[in-house]
Amino acid sequence: MELTFVIEKVVLVSVIFLITLGIAAYSTLAERKIAGYIQGRVGPHRAGPFGVFQPLADGGKMFFKEEIIPSQSNPFLFIAAPCLALLTASIGSAVIPWGQDVTIGDRVIQLQVANINVGILYIFGVVSLGVYGIMIAGWSSNNKYSLMGSVRAASQNISYEIAMGLSLIALLMVTQTLSLREIAEQQNGFWQNGWFSWNFFCQPIGFLIFLVCSFAECNRTPFDLPESENELVAGYHTEYSGFKLGAFLFSEYINMFVSSAVMSTLYFGGYNFPFMNDLGLSANIIAVLGVLFLFAKIFFFIFFFMWIRWTVPRFRYDQLMNLGWKVLIPLSIANIVVTGIWITVKDLL
Amino acid sequence: MEVQSLPVDYLPILFQMLVALGFVVLTMTITHLIGPKRKTADKLSPFEAGIEVVGNARTPVSIKYFLVAILFVLFDIEVIFMYPWAVNFREFGVEGLIEMFIFMATLLLGYIYVIKKKAIEWGD
Repeated sequence: MELTFVIEKVVLVSVIFLITLGIAAYSTLAERKIAGYIQGRVGPHRAGPFGVFQPLADGGKMFFKEEIIPSQSNPFLFIAAPCLALLTASIGSAVIPWGQDVTIGDRVIQLQVANINVGILYIFGVVSLGVYGIMIAGWSSNNKYSLMGSVRAASQNISYEIAMGLSLIALLMVTQTLSLREIAEQQNGFWQNGWFSWNFFCQPIGFLIFLVCSFAECNRTPFDLPESENELVAGYHTEYSGFKLGAFLFSEYINMFVSSAVMSTLYFGGYNFPFMNDLGLSANIIAVLGVLFLFAKIFFFIFFFMWIRWTVPRFRYDQLMNLGWKVLIPLSIANIVVTGIWITVKDLL
Repeated sequence: MEVQSLPVDYLPILFQMLVALGFVVLTMTITHLIGPKRKTADKLSPFEAGIEVVGNARTPVSIKYFLVAILFVLFDIEVIFMYPWAVNFREFGVEGLIEMFIFMATLLLGYIYVIKKKAIEWGD
């Protein structure tokens, strides 16, 4: 293994990590701004022009707050929980292909941290780990609201994980690979062999199931029962203060960013954009444009997350469980069956 | 088409974990050191809607949550079984498809049993 490989990857990891943090910080501002405009207000506008320094002010405040570890809690787990939540949220982006290869001199640089052939399984594993942070937080706080919130969160996350896994199976039958890079490359351009090349147009129902499940996995409205403030104070993070509270809020926004990136890569062509092969531009420019397009798609999905939050009211717990177990699971199994028959018949003809 | 991943391909994931871990440990330590520390017994008691704390929060939880967890383990393993099939299913042709449908039918039977047993009823 060469030293340049290590340097290249460490630089890439650091850049992606900083971008992730930046996007997570500015998502909080975007959320408040969008909430403001949807409700006929202007949102935060005091800290700098249009409130652009609001995330810095919030972050600074969280940094300098007193940290409280309740006397009846389990201190080690109480501190470990937000660390774990932030850690699992920020390693998910390692397998996402951010763009096509860039060639500088005679060196080809992959815009992907780890190009592994089981990318989807890795994402799936990291998503499942996310629930531990919440569960440990709720249990270690030794607070009734926290415990209720975390038990709800665990139950909800594992219920929607089944439907999420099933919706991905139908996608895998189309793509025939688990590597996110190959999936992105298969969706090259916008139009191939007389049909749209983006997977959304082969798997619209699969995408819909995946979208609903990622809302539930991120604990976002309408599935934010783990922190439903009018019954559970703040759910699993009731007892947290200062930067530990910040870590939970941060990991929620990072999760949103990562799942938007996964959705864009799996279903909306990733870094591919229409007419990319007809513009006659050099490969490097196409790669840079591809990265910008991927981020445009990600920002759209983050906006969509927020738009839904201020549009749809929260589900009741039995409705949530019914949707997950009795609607999404049969629907995704039906989707697998239809996809299987469709592809097999097409191969036979 | 088939790409083999070498152990070295997984190494960057470790870098990302280390960067994330470094950030988490650093910020947690700094915020622990610079925050004010004026602790009182009231401040450190668990929040309970403004009243005195009643009992311990580590009480038994509804059995339904455990039931959901057990069902999750069952169904998730079956979902994972389908992944290798889904990736290779074109090579298996019609025969593989029918075999998988039989597997899914048994899965569905179990699912229907769970629904009929009202294992995931949260109405009451």
